[in-house]
Amino acid sequence: MTNLQIALTILTIALVTLFTRSIAFALFPANRPVPPYVTYLGKVLPYAVMGMLVVYCLKDATPLAYPYALPELLACAAVVALHLWRHNSLLSIGGGTVFYMILVQHVFVR
Amino acid sequence: MGENILKLKAMKAAFPATIPVMLGYLFMGIAFGILMDAKGFSPWWSLLMAATVYCGSMQFVAIGLLCGPFDPVSAVVMTLLVNARHIFYGLSTIELFRRMPKQRPYLIFSQTDETFSLHCAARVPAGVDEGWYHFFLGVLDHCYWITGCTAGALAGMLLKFNTTGIEFVMTALFVVIFVDQWQAASQHVSALTGLGATLLCLVLFGKSNFLIPAMLLILGVLTVLRPRLEGGAAQ
Repeated sequence: MTNLQIALTILTIALVTLFTRSIAFALFPANRPVPPYVTYLGKVLPYAVMGMLVVYCLKDATPLAYPYALPELLACAAVVALHLWRHNSLLSIGGGTVFYMILVQHVFVR
Repeated sequence: MGENILKLKAMKAAFPATIPVMLGYLFMGIAFGILMDAKGFSPWWSLLMAATVYCGSMQFVAIGLLCGPFDPVSAVVMTLLVNARHIFYGLSTIELFRRMPKQRPYLIFSQTDETFSLHCAARVPAGVDEGWYHFFLGVLDHCYWITGCTAGALAGMLLKFNTTGIEFVMTALFVVIFVDQWQAASQHVSALTGLGATLLCLVLFGKSNFLIPAMLLILGVLTVLRPRLEGGAAQ
């Protein structure tokens, strides 16, 4: 991409992000009730989206070819284990990332 | 009392509440900056994104978009998908922000996942202006994020080390949030729907085209399951 294209892409993302942050305020002023279906989605959708994003992050793993998605699976397991053990987000994210970097740089060398 | 003294007092009162976010934003911001540098972007781009997009998960996803061909339509769709959750933060803070019209535009712009949680948990000390207190929760978090992203980009430029695999920081972030949500949830159907539907669509449609079908499938499944899930939540 050229610098102009990079700038336009960033601007697009910034504007759409602002749109998602402001749309509820525009659609539902305080005197207008929120439809129950929207309230329901507000409760259940965040859980589903996070599951979606986890899979999205792992889309480049190769379960059928070397290294058989092992670095991703092992590092995800490490993140979950660290997090269940200490409940410290920074430790879980930092520890899991360093572990993954060691795995792809030194253990499962492509 | 002068307006400036009022603001200063609110900022001092808001600061302690933002310390956990400061640690998290500096850490994730630095990781973002290092990753941007590893992909060949100048620190100015990290600074620009931190200031204008100001959304951690979307910025990580954006790196992938910026490394591909110029495609604004995909950028719009992807941003809508990743940020759809903001709509529900908005629904939850409509009443609160109505009370602070002066600060409202910035409060809406700066409502990230973490800042939203601070707004919800806020206990404004007696004698402190409520509007400015919430305003500075947003401003301080925004400053931490800009500092982290820029510092990471500069560090990546100055220190040369093997960054292969650092992109896992985004996966780890989402896994951690997933585990937190899993433990807080009264049901796991929606979390499993998200995982299962997306995995299914990844297998069926391949890794370039699976997100939109996945989102539609998730919406469909959750709509069909609504009587059951809402019944369960009411008990």
